[in-house]
Amino acid sequence: MTVALTGKAAPAGDTYAAPLDAAPLDAEELKRVRAARVESVGRWVVPLVILVLSIWLWDRICVWNEIPHYILPRPGLVFETLLTDWPILSVALLNTLKITFGALFIATAGGLGLAVLFTQSKWIEISFFPFAVILQVTPIIAIAPLILIYVDSLSASLLICAWIVAFFPILSNTVLGLNSADHNLRNLFQLYGASRWQTLRYLRLPAAMPYFLGGLKIAGGLSLIGAIVAEFVAGSAGSGSGLANQILEASYRLNMPRMFAALLMISVTGILIFLTMNLLSHLLLRKWHESALKREL
Amino acid sequence: MTAMAQTKMQTDPNPAIVSLKGISKTFSNGTVALNNMSLDIRQGEFVSLLGPSGCGKSTALRIITGLTGPSTGRVDWPQETASATEHELSFVFQEPTLMPWATVFANVWLPLRLKGISQRQAHDSVMEALEMVGLAEFSKSYPRELSGGMKMRVSIARALVTKPKLLLMDEPFAALDEITRFKLNNDLLHLWETFGWTVVFVTHSVFESVYLSDRIVVMAARPGRVVNDMAIDAPYPRDESFRTSTVYSGFCREVSQALHAAMDAGDDM
Repeated sequence: MTVALTGKAAPAGDTYAAPLDAAPLDAEELKRVRAARVESVGRWVVPLVILVLSIWLWDRICVWNEIPHYILPRPGLVFETLLTDWPILSVALLNTLKITFGALFIATAGGLGLAVLFTQSKWIEISFFPFAVILQVTPIIAIAPLILIYVDSLSASLLICAWIVAFFPILSNTVLGLNSADHNLRNLFQLYGASRWQTLRYLRLPAAMPYFLGGLKIAGGLSLIGAIVAEFVAGSAGSGSGLANQILEASYRLNMPRMFAALLMISVTGILIFLTMNLLSHLLLRKWHESALKREL
Repeated sequence: MTAMAQTKMQTDPNPAIVSLKGISKTFSNGTVALNNMSLDIRQGEFVSLLGPSGCGKSTALRIITGLTGPSTGRVDWPQETASATEHELSFVFQEPTLMPWATVFANVWLPLRLKGISQRQAHDSVMEALEMVGLAEFSKSYPRELSGGMKMRVSIARALVTKPKLLLMDEPFAALDEITRFKLNNDLLHLWETFGWTVVFVTHSVFESVYLSDRIVVMAARPGRVVNDMAIDAPYPRDESFRTSTVYSGFCREVSQALHAAMDAGDDM
């Protein structure tokens, strides 16, 4: 056996033993392989165990302190409410999702389009960048009441609020990315007589991709936050109401389990958006960008 | 174009492909990068611009490409009609300067793509260029999967794919290890002998310039200028036996002395 040939201690029948034609693994290498495998499993198992333990602790705290369910419901009750109130909550979720993804879509298109416009003309950037900054730094909760008054349609005003929050990271990241294309490559494009459009299409947009995706990750979370905040400010009930309205309404009635259930749905939605963006980013960058590459140790 | 230049073109068996006339370049910070540089690059030559850093050799190259304009003087292309907007030249940078998001094939395709040639139409030219540098089987790889020397080869293939008349190289092998550099030197010479383009090669290595060139233009710094124009009269093909020959070391000594004379002259100023 190749392992034996190294003369170092290797456990008999070890599953990591190298095939005959590969370089023999010595004890240290085996240790490293095993550590890597433990890490890859632990990466998933450890957070899950911690999560389950926390939920169990939450449940125990309710029981030990005899906390009534209208103050802090037990996790089991929250889950039960989630199922029994599903008809109401799912409609609310759908409404919130509509605003979130609508805003994210407009923010992506708008942020990307504005970024391209900004990098094409210095004067456009100088003229309009201050507006983008003003929109970004003014807290949405302060502008929302105005928007709700001025805009007739409720869903349109919610959309505008969520959009204002979400679009800035995409804009500023994409501008940074479009300007960070390699200078020698730019010279090369100029040398070969590339048009403005060709330089944008083949050089600046691909170079901006990692930055844009970074912005998109932030914007994904922010559009959900924007949608929820806007719903809170709007505070309306009825056909168009979302998860935030459910939380508000439940709080008036001290319906704690439903509040927690709605909160849980918002969190899970946020996590799913985050994971989707991560996956998208990974799929688009895995072939070439440093951030998506595994380091060979 | 003057009548005199035209007669010269007809009588000269080896006409100039590009000629720099009284080129000076002063940067916005006041540095004089080039002072009154005149140079004729003749067709089929392998010219090295050799000099210490700051002698303006890279600036001269950039002025030939048109990426930088000279402060005074002009660049003539005697063989091209006045209407030609683009010169048939290619540029190889010190870094490979590849697009990391594109495959080797797409990187080499780029110059043709920018001219509106589709992938299908360009396929044969691209593969031919990759064949020349021995990377045909790597056409689907990404730059990060290649070694430094291989990336440089891709960069050279990209420069060759347009079949340029003039190849400008700005210290292309400076960042590579010696073994790879020797190998690429040989490959470059071989391609040059086969296809007969004109090469302008910027380097700060005496040994590399003597090995490759049939003409070495020695430059000095502060201000950047041409101080010597030397012919290397050794027959091609050159190979490893040339690299170890006494003829080679003789030339190296000569060029080295010229370079030191230039640097001393620069220090006196």
